Amino acid sequence: MAGCTASDVVAAVRAMAAAVAEHKTELTHLDREIGDGDHGENLAKGFAAVLTKLDAATPETPGAVLKLVATTLISTVGGASGPLFGTAFLRAATSVGDAAELDGPAVASALEAARTGVVARGKAEPGDKTMVDALTPAVAAATATADGGGDVAAVLAAAAAAAVTGAADTVPLRARKGRASYLGERSIGHADPGATSVGHLLGALTPGAA
Amino acid sequence: MTVGLVIVSHSAALAAGVRELAAQMAPEVTIAVAGGTDDGGVGTSFDLVTAALADADSGDGVVVLYDLGSALLTTETALEFSDPDAAGRITVVDAPLVEGAVAAAVAAQSGTDLASVATAARRAGASWDGSGETGTDPAPDTAGAVRRTATVADADGVHARPASLLAREAGRWPGATVRLGRPGESPVPVTDVLQLIGLGLRQGETVEFTAGGDGSEDAAATLARMIDAGLD
Repeated sequence: MAGCTASDVVAAVRAMAAAVAEHKTELTHLDREIGDGDHGENLAKGFAAVLTKLDAATPETPGAVLKLVATTLISTVGGASGPLFGTAFLRAATSVGDAAELDGPAVASALEAARTGVVARGKAEPGDKTMVDALTPAVAAATATADGGGDVAAVLAAAAAAAVTGAADTVPLRARKGRASYLGERSIGHADPGATSVGHLLGALTPGAA
Repeated sequence: MTVGLVIVSHSAALAAGVRELAAQMAPEVTIAVAGGTDDGGVGTSFDLVTAALADADSGDGVVVLYDLGSALLTTETALEFSDPDAAGRITVVDAPLVEGAVAAAVAAQSGTDLASVATAARRAGASWDGSGETGTDPAPDTAGAVRRTATVADADGVHARPASLLAREAGRWPGATVRLGRPGESPVPVTDVLQLIGLGLRQGETVEFTAGGDGSEDAAATLARMIDAGLD
């Protein structure tokens, strides 16, 4: 993949929706351990709504696709996840602007913007056992790959691998944000559902990486 | 000038209840609610919050009060998606929901500006914590102050509704600082409805207004007559 166009982003979002649908039960199970048990269900509902909108109309730029995903997720995914994932996609959309095609650095910058938005909104830091623990290493890997001249596919592959590792690394952590933080010590020993979702979402963009 | 209010709650019933209470004291203030999810469940809805923000904004600004953390998250996201002009007129206040809503509604009813309504909401929590922390009001200047006594006529004492009527009436003399209390005890600002309620004044009690500034004679006399005549 040289440049990434609106139709490439649509294909990527469809792959994300498929990954969420595939892992719905796993995510819900994880969330039942340390949250309120609706994460997989809610995220699947949100991405199903995104697909319906994409079937009706194809936005013209990568940024417009990301913004459509943002507004749809915010309106359809309940709890804190809707605003958090929505903010991630919205900030990514703002980052890419109205460019017709994205290169490796643009994708890395969009991921960085998404992470910054999630941190600003949720006030979580690395180590709090949240989606930030998957996003932070993903951004670092994406940036390093883009700086090294990697193309979009290479940047996404690096981000996905780092996100999956980051999500796995949340297992021994004690939650300090969100619903799981109410559990204190009992949150230890389970992967964070939000971080796991981020791993699946990014992994969907790179078949075979996750 | 009328600042609007938005109540964001995880529960539609809770949001409606807070509005009912606050509206009783501030009938002319627009209080929009965003309670529960789109399908009536427990949670907060981006769309309901966005709609409530639009409903409450008449151009003079909006104060938002919320119940739990993720209600704030939804509200901040709604603000990020809003038109920046409109978002600039919206202040989200971290305050106890019920006390903050009542205090903000009474302040908005008196026609004060956005910053003052937000301050009223923020200080609402302090009225109840027993520390006596009431914000920036200057200590009462008793030397040369106008004093008027009155006797509480209302059977139920100075509860919420009479207190809000006194607070609103006191707003007619913006140049005067009027306080109310029991003679010999520390008085509270008449414009602070929560502190008035907190005095727990009963029927038949003698109360004293202490006033200074422009129009203080008129203000103290008028308010004392209201207490004597009964407000319910």
